[in-house]
Amino acid sequence: MNKKLILRGFMALLLAFGLSACGTVEPWVKPYERDRLADPIMFLDANPVSTSYIQHVYEAREGARGGEGSAGGGCGCN
Amino acid sequence: MKPNRIQFYGLLLMLLVCRAAVAGVLPEDRADILYHLYDGGGVQIDGPSILVRKQVGKSVSFAANYYVDMVSSASIDVITTASPYSEERKQYSLSMDYLRGNTTMSAGYTNSTESDFDANTYNLSVSQDMFGDLTTLTLSYAYGDDVVGRSDDDSFSRDNTRQHYGMGLTQIVTRNLIASVNLEVITDEGFLNNPYRSVRYADSDNPIGYSYEPELYPHTRTTNAVGFRARYYLPWRAALQGEYRWFGDTWDIVSNTAAVTYVHPMGEWTFTGKYRFHDQTGAHFFSDLFSRSEATNFRGRDKELSPLTSHTVRVAATYEFLSEGWNFVDKGSVTLSLDYLMVDYKEFRDLTSTAPVGLEPLYSLDANVFQLFFSFWY
Repeated sequence: MNKKLILRGFMALLLAFGLSACGTVEPWVKPYERDRLADPIMFLDANPVSTSYIQHVYEAREGARGGEGSAGGGCGCN
Repeated sequence: MKPNRIQFYGLLLMLLVCRAAVAGVLPEDRADILYHLYDGGGVQIDGPSILVRKQVGKSVSFAANYYVDMVSSASIDVITTASPYSEERKQYSLSMDYLRGNTTMSAGYTNSTESDFDANTYNLSVSQDMFGDLTTLTLSYAYGDDVVGRSDDDSFSRDNTRQHYGMGLTQIVTRNLIASVNLEVITDEGFLNNPYRSVRYADSDNPIGYSYEPELYPHTRTTNAVGFRARYYLPWRAALQGEYRWFGDTWDIVSNTAAVTYVHPMGEWTFTGKYRFHDQTGAHFFSDLFSRSEATNFRGRDKELSPLTSHTVRVAATYEFLSEGWNFVDKGSVTLSLDYLMVDYKEFRDLTSTAPVGLEPLYSLDANVFQLFFSFWY
C-alpha cells in the first residue's frame, strides 16, 4: 500500500517535472541580479563532506533520519 | 501492462526527453581532507574523511570519498550490559554526475564495512534546473543491502534491505532569498536491531531486581521526513538560515527539529554560529524496564528510541588562503568547527546509580564534536 502510494507520488512529480518544459515562465530574478546568491556564504551546502559527517552523528544519536539533504544544484549561477 | 498505463509512461518519457532540450552546472572541482572527533557519553570516535571531485570533459564529473570511524566505546549501554570495545568502520563511495542541458543525472555506489557489518548502497538521482534556473527539482532513489553479523559468532548472519525515495526542490525566491524543501521516504526490511543490545525486565528472582534478554525489533520500518530551509542575504554581507524538519515513522517516533545559522565573513575569515533543537517521541516498543520476560511482541531499550530532547550549539571559523591561486590550485581554505551536543533522555535511565529499580535518574549525555578540514578548489 505504502509502496503504491510512493510510486504514484513519484509519477505525479515526474509528470509535473515534464510539464514544466511546455510553458515559459519569465524568471523574476534575472541572472544579473543573482550576485548575492552566488556568494559562497549563501550556499545551502557549502561543505558537503562536513555536512554528511554531522548528519551521520545526528542519525546515530537520535531516532530520526532523512529530509535534510541538499536539494539539487543550488541557484545555477556560479 | 495495461494500455492506459503504457500511454501514461509513454507521455512521461516524452515529457522527460522534452525537458532535456533546455543548461545546468556541474559541482565544482575540489578536494576536502577532514579529521573528525566525537567525544561524549563514554564514546570516542575519530578518523579522516577525504573527498575528491574532478570534472572530465564538459559534461561529466566524478567524486570519490574515503571515510573512517575508529570507535572506542564504553557507553552507558556497554558498561551496564557488556564490556568496552574498539572497532573500525571504513566507507568508500564513488559517484558520477552527467550534465545534459539543464539536467544532471547522478549515479553512485557506497560500501561500508566493519568486522561484523557490511553495507552496500546504490543510488541514482536526476536534477533539473527550470524556470530560468530559478528552480531546481531533484528526484532520487537509493537501494541498500546490509549484512549484520556478530563478532562472537561466525555463523550469525542476517540481511537488511533499505530503499530511499527522495524529492528536493530548491527555489530562488528573491535576489536575497533561496529556499529548499526535501521529502524523503525510507523503508527498511530485515534484521533491524543491534545483535548485542539487551532489554531489561523486572525479575524478583534476581538479587538486583531485574535481568536482561535480547532486543527484538519489528522487521520493517518506514520513515517519512520533510525538511524546509531558507537562507537570507543580510544587508551587511552576512547570511541567516532557518530550517525545520518534521519526521514520523511506523515505530511511532515523531520528531520536530529546527535550527538557525548565522554566517559572518570578515576579510579572509568566515565565522559561523548555529543553534539546533530536536525533540522526539519514543518507539512504541521502547521501554526502560519491561514488566516481565517477553512481556511484549517487540522490545527495545536503545536510548535513541526513547523520547528525548537535544540541543546543539556550533561555532566554526574558516580561513581562506591562496586566493590568488598557486600552481593548479585556485584557492584553499581551512575550517575548524566545534559542535556541543546535549541530549536529555525522558525515559532511559542511568543504571550506574544505586537507586531502587525503575527509579534510577534519567540519563543525559554531553558530547563534543570537532571537525578540522582543508578544502582546495582547482
